[in-house]
Amino acid sequence: MKNPNMKRLRRTMMFLNAQKPGLIKDPYIYKPDSIMLDLEDAVAENQKDAARFSLYHALKEIDYHGVERVIRINGLDTPYWQEDIRCAVAGGCDAIRIPKTESALDIHLVEEKVLAAEKEFGRPEGSTLLMAAIESARGVMKALDICDASERLFGIALSGGDYTKDLQTHITGTGIELMGARQNLIIAARAAGKQCFDKVYTNLNDTEGFRKDVETIHLMGFDGKSIINPRQIRIVHEIFTPSQKDIAFSEKVVKEIDSKKAQGIGVFTVDGKMIDIAFYDGAKRTIELAKASGVYKGEL
Amino acid sequence: MIIQKPGIAGTLESSDAQVTVEPGDGKIEFELESAVINQYGLQIRKITYDTLKRLGIDNVKIKIVDKGALDCTLKARIEGAVYRSCNQYNDLPWGGAIQ
Repeated sequence: MKNPNMKRLRRTMMFLNAQKPGLIKDPYIYKPDSIMLDLEDAVAENQKDAARFSLYHALKEIDYHGVERVIRINGLDTPYWQEDIRCAVAGGCDAIRIPKTESALDIHLVEEKVLAAEKEFGRPEGSTLLMAAIESARGVMKALDICDASERLFGIALSGGDYTKDLQTHITGTGIELMGARQNLIIAARAAGKQCFDKVYTNLNDTEGFRKDVETIHLMGFDGKSIINPRQIRIVHEIFTPSQKDIAFSEKVVKEIDSKKAQGIGVFTVDGKMIDIAFYDGAKRTIELAKASGVYKGEL
Repeated sequence: MIIQKPGIAGTLESSDAQVTVEPGDGKIEFELESAVINQYGLQIRKITYDTLKRLGIDNVKIKIVDKGALDCTLKARIEGAVYRSCNQYNDLPWGGAIQ
């Protein structure tokens, strides 16, 4: 059975260091769509074990009020990832983020361990979703294979720092260095029917730069963005939530197409714009996004 | 489990606790420093003893410096210190002795 959370709303996915009790005790108050409890880069090498205990008890005992709990495990080239998976699945996490994914095989290796952990800890099989972080040129080139690798995989995410290093450039703030990867990832994700998420924006003081970055990826078709601070949530949600004007227009389009189809009319106008069946899916998506964002008051 | 060597886990940051365990003298010796010892001292003591019992430990010197940790953090830090003292980092009993 397909996991009902495959397509849930994920506009903001907020990284939190799993080793820091002060950070993980109440992030739900900021209302991100997902939190990503990090066992990887944020946790020092000599604290990997302690972070797992902290993570396990947080998952078991803290009520995150419906915010999705994704766990970023350590890389498959480290000695930590298998125990990370046992801990995360035993704790009942919603999903696992695989770092530095470069092939379908990476997904298969994790999938196998996740299934084993679900059996070991009595979790329903298939209840743990996966997402893959793409952090290298090879990963970008293999994006479609990665997206197609597992039914558990709900999406892929670009990780900018490592990717630009691999490309022998750096984060410029203009987005030029990310154009190819962003385009490739969103196309691969859509081709496979999966979601796609953008990298973090690390300059917390540059609100305008952040806003432009989010507007860009929104226009490109991304589903959301990885974030590192609650201050970034409001801007992302504002940009990713359909406006009332868009919702009203989409509602008219859906209703008109439904009614005109019955009358055998294929092309007509709504608010002075020529509309045909090609507009239907986009308008339906806007309504669904508005519903998921809690701003839809209509009856569709 | 048997405490084999000193083990420490946690920090002195707000909302955390630093837990130190050492081999004991045949019993549990419990020491607590906390700004909220009057309100929560007994509860912290109970969590500590319950956690040690689950881990099968009855011979340990344990010191907790509490900085306003939630119950789940206290348990995590006690287990962290204990498993470090036993050098066990993999195949942990999640949902068993750890819960």
